Amino acid sequence: MPQFIGRRLLLLLPVLLGVVLVTFVIVRLIPGDPCVTMLGERATPAKCEAFLDRYGLNDNIFVQFARYLVNMTKGDFGESIRFSRPVSDLIAERLPLTMELTILAMLFSTTVGVLLGVISALKRNTFIDTITMVIANIGVSMPVFWLGLLLAYLFALVLKNTVFVLPPSGRFDAGMALQDLSVYWGMTNLTGFKKFAVEFMSNTVLINCIITGDWKMFWDSLRHLILPAVAVGTIPMSIIARMTRSSLLEVLGLDYIRTARAKGLIERKVIGKHAFRNALIPIVTIIGIETGSLLSGAVLTETVFALPGLGTAMVGAILARDYPVIQGFTLIIALIFVLVNLLVDLSYAYLDPRIRLE
Amino acid sequence: MEDLIETPKANTDQRRSPTREVIKHLLRHQSGRAGLIILTLLVLIAIFAPLIAPYDPTQLLKNEIRRSPPCIHLLGCPKDKAEHLFGIDGNSRDLFSRVIFGSRLSLQVGLVTMSFAILVGTIIGAFAAYAGGAVDNTLMRIMDVVMAFPSLLLAITIVSVLGTGLINALLAIGIVSIPRFARLVRSTVLSVKELEYVQASKALGGSSMHILFKRILPNAITPLIVQGTLGIATAILDAAALSFLGLGAEPPRPEWGLMLGEEKNSIFSAPHLVIFPGIAIMLTVLAFNLLGDGLRDALDPRLTRSRSA
Repeated sequence: MPQFIGRRLLLLLPVLLGVVLVTFVIVRLIPGDPCVTMLGERATPAKCEAFLDRYGLNDNIFVQFARYLVNMTKGDFGESIRFSRPVSDLIAERLPLTMELTILAMLFSTTVGVLLGVISALKRNTFIDTITMVIANIGVSMPVFWLGLLLAYLFALVLKNTVFVLPPSGRFDAGMALQDLSVYWGMTNLTGFKKFAVEFMSNTVLINCIITGDWKMFWDSLRHLILPAVAVGTIPMSIIARMTRSSLLEVLGLDYIRTARAKGLIERKVIGKHAFRNALIPIVTIIGIETGSLLSGAVLTETVFALPGLGTAMVGAILARDYPVIQGFTLIIALIFVLVNLLVDLSYAYLDPRIRLE
Repeated sequence: MEDLIETPKANTDQRRSPTREVIKHLLRHQSGRAGLIILTLLVLIAIFAPLIAPYDPTQLLKNEIRRSPPCIHLLGCPKDKAEHLFGIDGNSRDLFSRVIFGSRLSLQVGLVTMSFAILVGTIIGAFAAYAGGAVDNTLMRIMDVVMAFPSLLLAITIVSVLGTGLINALLAIGIVSIPRFARLVRSTVLSVKELEYVQASKALGGSSMHILFKRILPNAITPLIVQGTLGIATAILDAAALSFLGLGAEPPRPEWGLMLGEEKNSIFSAPHLVIFPGIAIMLTVLAFNLLGDGLRDALDPRLTRSRSA
């Protein structure tokens, strides 16, 4: 197993390097004078010179790339032009929300998707199966942002006076805000990674609430994330449901399942222990692939629900041509995606011993 | 020499029957049939849009109140008011006409991006598989890197570089879809490259181009059609998403995603402005998804068998 993990990590290196190279190159492909494009109307020759110097754009391209790599290992993603703040600060501030949303959506899509798929497979060719598959087909065809808007309309307006009412926008109710943990712990003059970590934890609701013990805040935030998470999770949920159904059906037709039944095993054990575990491999693959759609979906849905995550910041950065932010955010999301897929690959080895030995 | 083996008559006979077979399968396949019907309707709507739509999609109706709800005479809307099936949008335009004309744009978006991705993907995949070695390795690692990004996100980043606008959005979506097709074509070419009939064609003196296009690539057509149909669905969704964020189509173009983006804040006051364009996107995407599923089952008999097992 350690060997397998090691080899898998080694294979990751060229992809990671490629991802970094793409984000590096992309910003250099912008047509026109980088100074004029990035500074806009504020560009004067003197300011341009200072700008190019500060961002090291006067150097040889290889020197620039080397510096970009070195800085990145130190957690330095450059500085936002619009906010004059380090991009890493913005990541610490914005990423937690996007991750919370993605994780919640993933929980929703996996549990509901697998459940629907299993039911559908076990009740094959019945009315329940048809209904489930119709839902899955429609679910996979819905624009994330549209579903978000419809859910907001339904739960915030139509169900306004019922117990089901849910907030249509924002991360917390008005007047609520997360405590800054550096203040809570009385830490001052934080720098480098420590600063990033404390800020990141301050902005992660679950961690923050565990530390400060403010559970009211946690519930409030969870309530605000339910609708966006359902919106983001619906497409992956439908895909997972379909995959679970076909994967389970395929396994159920195999000889060893007949053997298991023939030896008198109760049906629950046949399905739960024998069939499901083998049906899981394609399902896990799909979950890994769908993380990409979850992350993209989160970016879109944040705009609909006015959530201050990476997505809203990214759209703002694009419209303002704030390239260091675009670069840093794209990179961080790609890294998360790559890492999730690494985890998926590792879980294969756990699920299927044959892969370990390969 | 080749002509002796491949007489034109045998050729047409061989080609026609599988197509008919596929259509027959497709019509028998439940979701394939549903997809085909919806898509046919959409294509008809797109072609006859000027006849169906009562107004020009960009025409401002000065006498109408902005964002007023649908007025349908059959459902009891007073006859003295002008009929607007889907209501009036935020710029006092007839939403029904805009949604109808939007079908043209969405179908074009899907076809154009996928044609681009399939063309480029096929060239890259075939070249990689044919050349092998370092070329193959380099090209496929590049494809790996593109696939390491969530596709919509990479499209957003590419748009940020190219600049916003519909054409750039299409280009971005096309680029991020290339790896899928490149991999598919590469694996097909690799799997048939060494087969006897290809070797035979080589022995008969067929040029590499001839072998590649006439002998090898036809094997990739089936999976390409299936993947391409499903890809159109994703492309339409992604294009709508980019327009929704304000990075794709520009006003006053009747693009469904853009319509949603423009009116997303009126969801509570004028929900019809959000509901109708969204249904349009959903139906179009659904049609391509169903058709893709149907085609997969119709074109690949092995899959059908294992599915019903």
